[in-house]
Amino acid sequence: MQFGIFTVSDITTDPTTGRTPSEAERIKAVLTIAKKAEEVGLDVFALGEHHNPPFFSSSPTTTLAYVAAQTSTLQLSTSTTLITTNDPVKIAEDYAMLQHLADGRVDLMMGRGNTGPVYPWFGKDIRDGIPLAVENYQLLRRLWREDVVDWEGQYRTPLQGFTSTPRPLDGVPPFVWHGSIRSPQIAEQAAYYGDGFFHNHIFWPPEHTQRMVEFYRRRYAHYGHGSADQAIVGLGGQVFMRQNSQDAVREFRPYFDNAPVYGGGPSLEDFSSQTPLTVGSPQQVIERTLGFRDYVGDYQRQLFLIDHAGLPLKTVLEQLDLLGEEVVPVLRREFAALKPAHVPDAPTHASLVAAAGGAKDTTVHAPADDVTGATAEGAVR
Amino acid sequence: MTTRTIAVVSAGLSNPSSTRLLADRLAGATVAALRARGEDATVEVVELRGHARDLADNLTTGFANESLQAAVDTVVGADAVIAVTPVFSASYSGLFKTFVDVLDKDALRGTPVLLAATAGTARHSLVVEFAMRPLFAYLQAVPVPTGVFAAAEDWAGGGDRALFDRIDRAAGELADSVAGRPVATGPVDPFADPTTSFEELLKGR
Repeated sequence: MQFGIFTVSDITTDPTTGRTPSEAERIKAVLTIAKKAEEVGLDVFALGEHHNPPFFSSSPTTTLAYVAAQTSTLQLSTSTTLITTNDPVKIAEDYAMLQHLADGRVDLMMGRGNTGPVYPWFGKDIRDGIPLAVENYQLLRRLWREDVVDWEGQYRTPLQGFTSTPRPLDGVPPFVWHGSIRSPQIAEQAAYYGDGFFHNHIFWPPEHTQRMVEFYRRRYAHYGHGSADQAIVGLGGQVFMRQNSQDAVREFRPYFDNAPVYGGGPSLEDFSSQTPLTVGSPQQVIERTLGFRDYVGDYQRQLFLIDHAGLPLKTVLEQLDLLGEEVVPVLRREFAALKPAHVPDAPTHASLVAAAGGAKDTTVHAPADDVTGATAEGAVR
Repeated sequence: MTTRTIAVVSAGLSNPSSTRLLADRLAGATVAALRARGEDATVEVVELRGHARDLADNLTTGFANESLQAAVDTVVGADAVIAVTPVFSASYSGLFKTFVDVLDKDALRGTPVLLAATAGTARHSLVVEFAMRPLFAYLQAVPVPTGVFAAAEDWAGGGDRALFDRIDRAAGELADSVAGRPVATGPVDPFADPTTSFEELLKGR
């Protein structure tokens, strides 16, 4: 099972000091957090994509390429990649490039994005969210799997004889997860392709996550990819830890009370009982997290949100130490002992290459001038 | 004998509440009218005051907690709804509107609804028509033609039976729009197997 962290890249005032980090400071902090994740033995770092303040991460492949160069085992992912407002051609190109730079340590999580104005800023309509996700992802898959694509659809200009470069590393596209909090259509999409399904699992009651995952598993089996318990499931989670649980509650409360996503609503205690948010000792986090399996079954990836709401870098790094030293080793052992042999691990580049019968060089060599890229067709005057 | 479920939504805040009093009168009259048409009915009352904090929480979190979800399921799964609000600042109360706000926009589509309101004076007597009816039109619910408004003075009784005649007329209309319809099957399960195949979605249909 894979364990890691995901960040939304928010720049939020620390409510205990009134201090707001600069973009420059927060960007460097997230890089430090990513490198630290590998150091403490976590498997995955996932970065969000946003196109409005207070978030900095508009350009995730740039950031992830830097992290790739600074790490050696960390799996790089997204939380999420906007399959609605991004051009699928650019996603195909950017993430294949990242895959090469990172020696295959890349997967993606598709999301629709829920910030209304982002859609018109990118020339789209939020009411088309689901059809955009369906059409764009189908095109993305083809761009990674077919050397030359002819395509026509509703939402972007047609393609004739288009080759997305670079071709996926070793001829194997990155594994894809589909993230959705409440849309069964997206779980259906994940099931249809046999892709992974990720539930963010931090804002809503666990019963809701359970119903979405059950639906995805049932549909995964329906489409013939394997039995329901072999479907690839990822969950989010949000934790804040101190050795003494009262200290954790006392320290986290001002962040909870002032966080843009939580403040003004239910108390920390109510929210902790109604959702998977866990503020307490490492042992409490272990017990709560093991309990996730009770309602989603054996799953493949657990990501924690630990760096939002204005928490200072020093505190986040302490959380990573606790995760790496005390929490994840126990979770790894306990989850592994519970998992039946026929339940697969999350796909990685190595496992996908093996499943494809080995690495292939799929470079497309154009019959063209090597220097200018001009083809005979293009050279007609 | 078919048994119907009538959900009563009452946004009254005081206790005793004239809003609840009107709601109970309407519910009683509706049950009587249904029985006269050969059907039985059970009444489920949702007092919104008990969910005031739940509703505020739902606005910030985006989900209904267990207690509020039970209330929402009661209303959404009913054969008919009797909705009664006090008039605050010339319209339905904020609490009443907040409950409507947390319902899925299709939750009451096609549901017969009886609209009613209470106020201190008769000055607000058109509030059912100019405030509540457009709201339920947006929801694509089916409000019965007669709305019921009760000002404090209407409870005086005496020789004037106007309010009580109106209650009976509205209840009769609600019973008419319920009787003979298929029994409500409760909220639609969003996690049922899809009726549109993914291949069709891919074709853009």
